[in-house]
Amino acid sequence: MRNAAVVGFAQSPSVRSTQGTTNGVEMLVPVLSEIFAQTGLTKADIDFWCSGSSDYLAGRAFSFIAAVDAIGAFPPINESHVECDAAWAVYEAWIKILTGEADTALVYGFGKSSAGELRRVLSLQLDPYTVAPLWPDSISLAAMQARLGLESGRWTEDDMAAVAARSLADATSNPHAQRSGALTDNAPLIADPLHSYDVAPISDGAAALILTTEERARDLIERPAIISGIDHRIDSAVLGARDLTDSPSTRTAAAAAGARDIEIAELHAPFSHQELILREALELSDAVRINPSGGPLAGNPMFAGGLIRIGEAAKRVHSGDASRVLAHATSGPLLQQNLVAVMEAQS
Amino acid sequence: MSARRAAILGTGQTHHRTKRTDVSMPGLIREAIDRAMADAHVEWRDIDAVVIGKAPDLFEGVMMPELFLADALGAVGKPLLRVHTAGSVGGSTSIVAATQVMAGVHRRVLAVAFEKQSESNAMWGLSIAPPFSMPVGAGAGGYFAPHVRAYIQRSGAPEHIGAMVAVKDRRNGALNPYAHLRQPDITLESVQASQMLWDPIRYDETCPSSDGACAMVIGDEEAAAAVDGTVAWIHATAMRTEPTTFAGRDQVNPQAGKDAAAALWRAAGIDDPLREVDAAEIYVPFSWFEPMWLENLGFARDTPGWKLTEAGATERSGELPVNPSGGVLCSNPIGASGMLRFAEAAKQVMGRAGDYQIDGARKALGHAYGGGSQYFAMWLVGADKPE
Repeated sequence: MRNAAVVGFAQSPSVRSTQGTTNGVEMLVPVLSEIFAQTGLTKADIDFWCSGSSDYLAGRAFSFIAAVDAIGAFPPINESHVECDAAWAVYEAWIKILTGEADTALVYGFGKSSAGELRRVLSLQLDPYTVAPLWPDSISLAAMQARLGLESGRWTEDDMAAVAARSLADATSNPHAQRSGALTDNAPLIADPLHSYDVAPISDGAAALILTTEERARDLIERPAIISGIDHRIDSAVLGARDLTDSPSTRTAAAAAGARDIEIAELHAPFSHQELILREALELSDAVRINPSGGPLAGNPMFAGGLIRIGEAAKRVHSGDASRVLAHATSGPLLQQNLVAVMEAQS
Repeated sequence: MSARRAAILGTGQTHHRTKRTDVSMPGLIREAIDRAMADAHVEWRDIDAVVIGKAPDLFEGVMMPELFLADALGAVGKPLLRVHTAGSVGGSTSIVAATQVMAGVHRRVLAVAFEKQSESNAMWGLSIAPPFSMPVGAGAGGYFAPHVRAYIQRSGAPEHIGAMVAVKDRRNGALNPYAHLRQPDITLESVQASQMLWDPIRYDETCPSSDGACAMVIGDEEAAAAVDGTVAWIHATAMRTEPTTFAGRDQVNPQAGKDAAAALWRAAGIDDPLREVDAAEIYVPFSWFEPMWLENLGFARDTPGWKLTEAGATERSGELPVNPSGGVLCSNPIGASGMLRFAEAAKQVMGRAGDYQIDGARKALGHAYGGGSQYFAMWLVGADKPE
């Protein structure tokens, strides 16, 4: 089986609201320009394209169709789309490269959360017959999850605050971050026990990543981030039927992806306590550097947030900061679906 | 190409109706999945991953329904991937599932596609007017009617061609126990007497709006060898996309469709598709798209596509039977419609198409398109293992 590697990554700033349209074109054009400049590749070099986005976030059917305008897709392209975070588009592109049908793939994701009321929109991911009609919103659900962890003794409010403090401090060196700095003592309680710093900000943003075969990657970049393992799994949708303080799908995906001896991990936890769940499921030791970019608590564009984790982790390999990194992406309510990718400097 | 071989081990579909009020969304998909698993003689423990496709979430009013369907899909603890490429999605989903096998990542993948349009309102779902985007506001028929008019003008097709396709597909559908519309007594005259909806498209030349689902089990060579019965080998797949609108775009004969077909025939080693392909399941939601796609796919190279239709070449007894199952004109659960074409092509080469089996079918095409005719997905399947 041949290997695929990440050779380029670009992202827009995460911002509370863009002036651009919901199809992402205005956010994507500069991101695509940057990634082509970075890698020296052109549109004609891309054998396969795959994107991730959501019609519901855009408030319209087929939002991804208009996003293709950002590419200038004529002559026609070989292209696909996942209605999910673009981290899963990376998975589809990785598969395509393994088959030999494509040597180079470009993956992009975008989301304009500001177009609607995000916590209400996400309620529509729940069982439409029995749960969604009650309109439990995403932040209230996460608060219930955090409360379960606190009351079972799995973590404390100080543990949660420590995650947020580390994330926001690290984000000061990330030019794409939406927020950064120190925690404030009087941060408002959004949904007990979640303070504002425990909850990822609502972000608009886009990102793009280029994958090639390992062989091609070595011609393009000195230290390609070779994907040594990538896997994703899903847990039950029945919130009362699973232990919400655990993430079995993350654990299974990590085992399948060979997640061992990790130096740096970029984790897609939109709530501080979810990082604690993930660290345990991934069996990350205290020596592992987590979210040096600041992570989702510093900026979380929906449908690009997981892709950004892969890109940020890959950059650490490119720069020589690390030789073996992990990236995690999540989808669905309360960490229902999880992807784990392990990347390394040498295969 | 280093890809491994993959085969369709079994297929299943629901009975298609305007409103399947007897089942929920989980019930609907399980109806198709259970049939596919039984057809493939596999159990849940044999399935390594699930790939699901459907058209816009606004059609059912559920954001990313694969999440709440995870349990019904038997996907808990497994990889579940959701594909969405507009009306071509059923085809793309089949290809993505097949690719996971061809990459050597999984041994058996369950591919599922569905649409339960009665849960919401498709016309509403397609009529949102976001800023800076061209509003349609007339549904798919209003969008495609000008393409059909342009085709007629360009090709000189006589006006009865569309009605001929409708009669053929509806009569074919009468042989298919799962079809939504089954009209054995339909005639050219009755189609031509039906109401004009979007000139030149008449009521009887349009697809219905259906609730329905389709599923397939796709496996590698070892999994295929373990099946007691026939399988359908995947000889080639192709997907192409172009933008919806730009100056000079040929919306009647889109380049993306031509490129996808050319890539498909090349990968499958087909020089003359009309002669070498035994049956074709082509995405024809409005009857006139049969001759249009015959040209786009390269079946009609020397003559306009309508001449093949008029000569009866696309009848079940013709040189290239098109939509022996009845096609999209008989059942249109949008997200599943493309997978139905892919699965029906597989059924033909597996010899499992029942009353609408084309005798001796060894190679068959499954085809889907979507958006404003700019998303294309297709595969060629065969009774024989590819070279």
